[in-house]
Amino acid sequence: MSASHFRFRLATSRKQESTRKYLHRNMAEVEETLKRIQAHKGVIGTIVVNAEGIPIRTTLDSSTTVQYAGLLHQLTMKARSTVRDMDPHNDLTFLRIRSKKHEIMVAPDKEYLLIVIQNPSE
Amino acid sequence: MEIVFVYTKKRSEFGRQCNFSDKAAELHVDILPDPSLAASFIDRDPCDVAIQCTQEMSEHEVNTERFDSEACGINHVEGGWPKDVNPQEMEQTIRYRKKVEKDENYVNTIIQLGSHMEHCIKQNNAIDIYQEYFEEEEIVEETEEQPSAKTVNVFRDPNEVKRTATSLSWHPDGSRKLAVAYSSLEFQKVTKDMCYDSYIWDIENPNKPEMTLKPVSPLVCLEYNPKDSHILIGGSYNGQIAYWDTRKGSQPVEMSAMEHSHRDPVYKVIWLQSKTGTDSFSASTDGQVLWWDIRKMSEPTERLVLDPSKKGNLDNALGAISLEFETTMPTKFMVGTEQGLVVSCNRKAKTPAEKIVCTYSGHHGPIYALQRNPFFPKNFLTVADWTARIWSEDIRESSIMWTKYHMAYLSDGCWSPARPAVFFTVKMDGTLDIWDFLFKQNDPTLSLKVCDEALYSIRVQDNGRLLGCGSQQGTATLLEISPGLCTLQKNEKALATAMFERETKREKILEARHREMRLKERSRSEQSKEDDARDGEGEESAEELVARAEREFYDVVEAEMKKRGKDEKKEKDEEKDVCEES
Repeated sequence: MSASHFRFRLATSRKQESTRKYLHRNMAEVEETLKRIQAHKGVIGTIVVNAEGIPIRTTLDSSTTVQYAGLLHQLTMKARSTVRDMDPHNDLTFLRIRSKKHEIMVAPDKEYLLIVIQNPSE
Repeated sequence: MEIVFVYTKKRSEFGRQCNFSDKAAELHVDILPDPSLAASFIDRDPCDVAIQCTQEMSEHEVNTERFDSEACGINHVEGGWPKDVNPQEMEQTIRYRKKVEKDENYVNTIIQLGSHMEHCIKQNNAIDIYQEYFEEEEIVEETEEQPSAKTVNVFRDPNEVKRTATSLSWHPDGSRKLAVAYSSLEFQKVTKDMCYDSYIWDIENPNKPEMTLKPVSPLVCLEYNPKDSHILIGGSYNGQIAYWDTRKGSQPVEMSAMEHSHRDPVYKVIWLQSKTGTDSFSASTDGQVLWWDIRKMSEPTERLVLDPSKKGNLDNALGAISLEFETTMPTKFMVGTEQGLVVSCNRKAKTPAEKIVCTYSGHHGPIYALQRNPFFPKNFLTVADWTARIWSEDIRESSIMWTKYHMAYLSDGCWSPARPAVFFTVKMDGTLDIWDFLFKQNDPTLSLKVCDEALYSIRVQDNGRLLGCGSQQGTATLLEISPGLCTLQKNEKALATAMFERETKREKILEARHREMRLKERSRSEQSKEDDARDGEGEESAEELVARAEREFYDVVEAEMKKRGKDEKKEKDEEKDVCEES
């Protein structure tokens, strides 16, 4: 009985390890993705915001980040509610704001927001 | 019964402490009920009493301390950190962030969003999706719209007795106002209660005129001073000229002296181009053209008598109905006469005889409108009798282009200031015709019936878009024409130049041919005259011609009478036969 128990424990520990490895690998992927995005031509900054408006990852300075996070979060919520009001089956997939100086792109999700500010090529 | 209780106290006892003591109850007064008094009262039966089974409440007003509220924005500095995390503490925030990053959901989400985002970024980098294509090319509006005109506003004569709107003038700056001169041009139709006033209308408000001008005699023509938009000059029915300053009120600032004014209604008055901006000239059917300086209205500065024989004889003079003056040619001016002649004059001539340069004939009736083409000053438009004609200054024999003869009399016309080949005419049957000579010469491009009564005057605004026409009943109608008729088309100037030149050349050739033919005729008639003289038959003089005509007439009459006599006899014989038979 102890042997089976032991075997069982080994199995779980292996699972944990694999999960940890899986997580590490994906975390690396996330890093790579964000770095790749930042490296694109014209990209000024990248921000990841959670549902509460807390910036998780950012490449800009603190005050700018907080401003972007707060304002864009509200705007995305409004845009999403607009789309859904018109057709409940519809949902917001992407939000692009083109201004004179640059373009702000927001990829919304249920819990997080990925914000990228890019200066498009003229 | 008086109930009185007297209370006395010694002065020395004032201030002394009170000593109360018990005393037995005493009955002071006992009032017994008096049943006789009850007779003055009646029992009320039934009694209406309102009762309510509610809570008794009372109303109170309380004024609290003032609560100051101020609207201002809030700057959220930090997001909604959970309670256990202190946003100021870097360590705690970092720890929180790291925790979130480890979340599986976070990982998946970011990867998915990242791919989406990358696509858009690459898109942006590849091509500017908001680029303006074809920005350099001007949008050529090849609108094939129908020319149209619509009535914007109608200004009616507010008086009971309606007068004709004989002249209109647009305000020089911005053209938001229209001055209309009202008078009655019909002979002896002026009633005693006819009002003499003329009005200035704001084109936005057709209900009430903005300002009234009160002349001594009704105004036949009215013009705004193009240099000073407050000054207007008007020519009146009795021949006087008056000028108004709109800042100074409705009465004319000054009027010309009666002795030196015209003797007939002043049909046209125009402002001249001068440094002081106070010169003008006027024309009237009495045969005179007078020049005035409004600062000194007691007598005209110059006088011209329209005598075609150039002798200054007033009896011979032609009555002037219209005037023309173009600021680009300040030494020349033209006068349209009642007799159908256009007289071209030179202002700077030394002697009065030289003032009249030449005349253009071709019209059958008074020339109501005369205007040079704003783009081609050598060509001018005349509107008279049943046609409108375009002339070239060089050709004196006839006009170079003309419209067909209409059913109704044409009463006024003008060129469009926006397009060189477009002009407007109004007729006595109340129609407005818009002619585009580059497009169609046989018919007007647009013909509108503005009102049922005759139209007497028309004036286009400087931008060519709005025009006002005045009618016999005093109604001034404001029309807006479609943009196609007031925007310069490409090549239009070149085409119009070519058209005018072509017509001028044609007329020149015709004139030359005519002259040639006349010369031939003359030489032939001279030849025949010589032959006749040789034969002995003298030329018939006027009297002989008349005698011959009389003789021929009487011969014809006699022949006719004889024929009729024969016919009567024939009839009588037939009757006799019939009677005999019966």
